[in-house]
Amino acid sequence: MGEMPGLSRRTFVFGSVAVAGGVAFGQYGQAQQAPSSAAATNPLMADLGPQSVTFNPWVEISPEKITLIAQHADKGQGVGSIQPLMIAEELDLEPNQFEIRFAGPSPAYFNTGFAHELAPFMAPDQSPEAEKARAAALEWLRKAGLQMTGGSSAIPDTYEKLRMAGAIARETLKAAAATRSGVPAADLRTEAGNVILPNGTKIPYVALSADAAKITPVSVDKLRDPSQWRILGKPMERLDIRSKVTGEMKFGIDRTMDGMVYAAVKLNPNKGQPIKSYDASKAQSMPGVQKILKVSNGIAVIATNSWYAMQAAELVDCVWEPSKYPAEQADHWKTVASSFTPQFLAKEWRNDGNIDTGLKDGTLIEAEYRAPYVGHQPLEPLNGIGIVTDKGMEIWVGHQTPQSVQYIAATAIGMKPEQVTFHNEWMGGSFGHRLEFENIRVLAEIANQMRGTPVKLVFSREEDFLQDIPRQIAMGRCRGSVKDGRIVAADLKVAATAPFKELLARMGSPSKDPDGQLGVGIWNVYYDIPNYQATSFEVQGLSPSTTWRSVGASANGFFTESFIDELIHAAGLDPLTARIEMCRIPIYRKLLETVGEMAEWKGPLGRGKGRGVAFVESFGTAVAEIVEVTMTDAGIRIDKVWVAADVGKIVDPVNFQNLVQGGVVWGLGHAMNCELTYAKGAVQQTNYNHHESMRMYQCPVIEVRGLENDFTVRGIGEPPVPPAAPALANAIFAATGKRIREMPFNKFVDFA
Amino acid sequence: MIELTVNGTKHQVNVVPEMPLLWVLRDELGITSPKYGCGIAQCGACTVQIDGAAVRSCQARTADVAGKAITTIEAVGNGKLHPVQEAWIEHQVPQCGYCQTGQIIQAISLLKAIPKPTDEDINEVMSGNLCRCGTYERIRVAIHAAAEKMGGK
Repeated sequence: MGEMPGLSRRTFVFGSVAVAGGVAFGQYGQAQQAPSSAAATNPLMADLGPQSVTFNPWVEISPEKITLIAQHADKGQGVGSIQPLMIAEELDLEPNQFEIRFAGPSPAYFNTGFAHELAPFMAPDQSPEAEKARAAALEWLRKAGLQMTGGSSAIPDTYEKLRMAGAIARETLKAAAATRSGVPAADLRTEAGNVILPNGTKIPYVALSADAAKITPVSVDKLRDPSQWRILGKPMERLDIRSKVTGEMKFGIDRTMDGMVYAAVKLNPNKGQPIKSYDASKAQSMPGVQKILKVSNGIAVIATNSWYAMQAAELVDCVWEPSKYPAEQADHWKTVASSFTPQFLAKEWRNDGNIDTGLKDGTLIEAEYRAPYVGHQPLEPLNGIGIVTDKGMEIWVGHQTPQSVQYIAATAIGMKPEQVTFHNEWMGGSFGHRLEFENIRVLAEIANQMRGTPVKLVFSREEDFLQDIPRQIAMGRCRGSVKDGRIVAADLKVAATAPFKELLARMGSPSKDPDGQLGVGIWNVYYDIPNYQATSFEVQGLSPSTTWRSVGASANGFFTESFIDELIHAAGLDPLTARIEMCRIPIYRKLLETVGEMAEWKGPLGRGKGRGVAFVESFGTAVAEIVEVTMTDAGIRIDKVWVAADVGKIVDPVNFQNLVQGGVVWGLGHAMNCELTYAKGAVQQTNYNHHESMRMYQCPVIEVRGLENDFTVRGIGEPPVPPAAPALANAIFAATGKRIREMPFNKFVDFA
Repeated sequence: MIELTVNGTKHQVNVVPEMPLLWVLRDELGITSPKYGCGIAQCGACTVQIDGAAVRSCQARTADVAGKAITTIEAVGNGKLHPVQEAWIEHQVPQCGYCQTGQIIQAISLLKAIPKPTDEDINEVMSGNLCRCGTYERIRVAIHAAAEKMGGK
């Protein structure tokens, strides 16, 4: 396939083909210090035991056991299971024949999955220029060596490389067995952790480790066809399910260490600002309290257990340096509203046809949309264990960017990143929270004052809310026109704080480029609208913001798909049929048709019921959703949601369904019920009673269908989120005639 | 010293009487399956059984539960998996899993009171247990499946 059907090149090429940093990836400072060939080295070599072998950074075999390395961190999305299983598929291991270990920091684990997101071409574009740009982006990523879990990239990153890692290990073990047995490798086969000779003799892999270590890993040029898969692509049990049901699973917060002390903190809720002074006299005499320490942005209490520490921290009177951003929420919105000016222009992402002429040609529709700050608030609060000695720091913490943990911790205590030894943990959720560093920085500062003693830090829920760097605040100003039953023009302008760009700066890799996330959801829109403009403005001087499950598209998708719905209604069209007819990408049209079939869409329902549809592509994965609501005496009830998503290849179908359902709940729950607002420089919501998201009683039935038409393998962690809010808003409009243009929706309607 | 009986084992703990049971279990006894989520009975991750009833351990004063039978997820199945746990595995409910021990103990309590619950019953009893990953539909399906396994009794 060459050009995109029905689209001119011009629509797809933005700026030059030179890509590095083109979508605000910045210069990855720390990693650049690594030798350029580092990606080719294997970090497992460093600690390899005697008689042991490692074939690549993902497989290690000793005489006792087989260890498979999970390079992407597991925050609940299931990659702690599927990564080793992708290796096991080719290595011919059964799920109970290996141990799983999370990767330490190394450029060998650079994330190839970001290449598509980096290249400034739309996801469905398979033109040579697009592929060339992706290849260039991949090369840049290889050099940068950035190891990061995020951006729904785990499966795109690992789908080939982990199966290849398994295949190379298998073939090398066969070569070792061939040498030992004198039987040609071609006559050997592998099954369940054994190399099997033609006479049926089994040689366990672990018995071959020493021999295999002596030979160069065999190169493999072909992976097994999916039709031969034993494990992948079929319903399977996630390897972490049982331990999570029996309570045996140890999350970071569950780890203990001999001689450890417990810490709790009270930090300046004016984010980024230091503490001025404090009075700990009341806290000092509390039971269990051992010490009260000052850290740069607050205080820490050291106690004999977490509860004592939290109780005492509450009682420390602190005087804070005031915020640099506006103290009151209304002023945040004023700043956003005043940012639609050339001074704050980040990027004009698209300018198709002639927007000025188009807007004059037909009935003009204008609307303003808002998306507030929202919290991440995974149920496991921020925590970590750290021990600092004169030599360095060792830290145990669940995090999505190991190298940045080293950088942040080292910087906080005047050490070098390589002096920080990082151990990842199973995480009780993240949603973007564990890409940030509030716990890392303060843990390093505390442990540095307690040299030689392991310190376990647990944030109270209230502290976690107060320090949670929220989703970007965003406003959409939309104009469009309709004429003769057609959408003639759409002009989408978004002003927002820059979540990913800010995160990069905090990671020590500032970028001068516009934040690509501000464009997602307004530029990658696939409708046939002759005059189309998409522009983002970067809001300055507000609360720090960061990536929140689905990032830019979580706000922009709501704006675009709600406003397109307004235009469709103004044009007198059916919301689903119009989208299908306007959609230029055949496989995306198929998704809209599929979701329509699933819901048996036949137009308006009447009798207090309404349905809304939305379609958003984010991180390359297109998702179509239909939401059905009913007006009840108690308020609006969401009855059902239908979802069709295309990831090219589904490797774990049960988990795929679970993640899609969870993404819909995430998208709906926050759109309905959540915002974070500032007063006196601090967030006003400090526990779940103020920020409920969705609970069981509001959760609809969610029917999921996965398609496999896309040309490459895509992720599913985030993409189901963005269509949920607009599909719900569109359903509420269909049921009530009321158009909701601001999240959370519960400010405007009651939900049952 | 306060004497606690957890999963049939007696423990002496030296804590202030008002310390919530959750923190005694986690930090004093090393039983980490009850999770800290909110500290104010908003999330249900800390749910344990006290004399057979599902209780938020972040709200139970340690002195008040002395002498009572405290049961955590490890002992709900009396040495094997409880049918609710079996259903949770069969339907692969967890994602991050942090809330799930609390969800399971709450579900056991629901099925004890209402052996064959409707969706409305499930909404009523399970809405106090937050799941940030959004596994509610799977929880619902698993509860119905567990009710079947337990014969609706």
